[in-house]
Amino acid sequence: MGQILTKDKIVIPGQVIAEGMDYLPSNGTVREGEKIISVTTGLLKVDGRLVNVLSLKGPYMPKIGDSVIGQVVDITLGGWQIEIGTAYPAGLSLKDASQEYIERGVDLTRYFNFREIVFAKITNIVRTKIIDLTMRGPGLRKLEAGRIVKVTPSKVPRIIGKQGSMIGVIKEKTKCNILVGQNGIAWIKGETQADEIKAEQAILKIEKESHIEGLTEKIEKFLG
Amino acid sequence: MAYTKRLDGRSMDQLREMEAEIGVISRAQGSARFKIGDTVAIAAVYGPRELHPRFLQNPQKGVLRCEYDMMSFSVAERKRPGPSRRSQEISYVTGKCLEPVLDLNKYPNTVIDVFIYIPQANAGTRCAGICAATLALADAGIPMKDLVVAVSVGKVGEKIVIDLTKEEEDYLDGATDIPVAIMPRNGKITLLQLDGGVSKEELKEALILAKKGCEKIYEFLQDTLKKSVEAAK
Repeated sequence: MGQILTKDKIVIPGQVIAEGMDYLPSNGTVREGEKIISVTTGLLKVDGRLVNVLSLKGPYMPKIGDSVIGQVVDITLGGWQIEIGTAYPAGLSLKDASQEYIERGVDLTRYFNFREIVFAKITNIVRTKIIDLTMRGPGLRKLEAGRIVKVTPSKVPRIIGKQGSMIGVIKEKTKCNILVGQNGIAWIKGETQADEIKAEQAILKIEKESHIEGLTEKIEKFLG
Repeated sequence: MAYTKRLDGRSMDQLREMEAEIGVISRAQGSARFKIGDTVAIAAVYGPRELHPRFLQNPQKGVLRCEYDMMSFSVAERKRPGPSRRSQEISYVTGKCLEPVLDLNKYPNTVIDVFIYIPQANAGTRCAGICAATLALADAGIPMKDLVVAVSVGKVGEKIVIDLTKEEEDYLDGATDIPVAIMPRNGKITLLQLDGGVSKEELKEALILAKKGCEKIYEFLQDTLKKSVEAAK
């Protein structure tokens, strides 16, 4: 018969969480013999038989289907290289870059120039080294003006909230247009600078206080 | 004169006062400061990120790259900054001692950079550096199976002592310095160096002492990590 050994909500690397084969290791945990061990610093969640540790920090691991915000770092013959905060820049090929037909030999800076910011979707990953992006899809586009905020990638779900409740509050209160990439980069565009700064502060506040319950109300109060 | 009482009044198995802080370098992925006695180590972790030059890349697993150095003002006589024979060796053994707890298979072709700097030294710098690095790695959210804890033990005169100071290392009748790093959960040793001479029995005794000391430091590091999360609340 297995049992959970710790009463702590916060676990750290190397901490033994559970013993016995009844429990199964999930995110942020590994099995070592009979024991389940946390591999990151985070919040412990036991969901039935699954032992989960929600990491508080950590590098962004790209997944197929993620929407990300990135910057054009290189233009090659076959397309663009986009920096999305992973160890390798992601590739955006000609055929996925635009709805319209891009002719051979045309000046690619006409579509996306160096240092421009794009909102794209990951379509394919080959062993984390090669990441393919697409710009074909609803809402995927080049981002112009506005400001960029970087947050810890593991906090992105909290910033978006349940069914977008949290981000909805910020959008409504600040009248800003906000896009959050799964890679922890958010783009804010408002009518005035003051609105954008307010939204930025709200997002950074959520990142800092992400493990507090009832944060949506708190943010609502913060934004007034 | 036999060494019966320690120069700073500690008992033979007593560690110096410890202090630790997490997140001291804002632009790093993870960082920590670890202080034991007068020895201070600061560690910063960057990555996983692209590894250049590319021939160093390993398509099967990530690479852990450590850099250890003492700052020029850390010791009584100015230390010439930059890599030296000594700091290159310590960088290498630190990397090798941290690697067993990390799961680098998730990050092929990348590098995790660990920088360890010693702003103030009073013996046991590589051990303090390892403790700081292990905290920084945990802070960075890099998956680790355990923390790595290090402490120096040694022989001063005829006594086996823990956590030597510079004065003890320079003891006139001879002193032996044995830095030890342990993965406390399974008790495996990941670093063992020896500078001086000891008998087999003395080494055994020293290792038992090191294990005890490491457990104390382990508790302290665990506490620090938990507190850092709670402080964020």
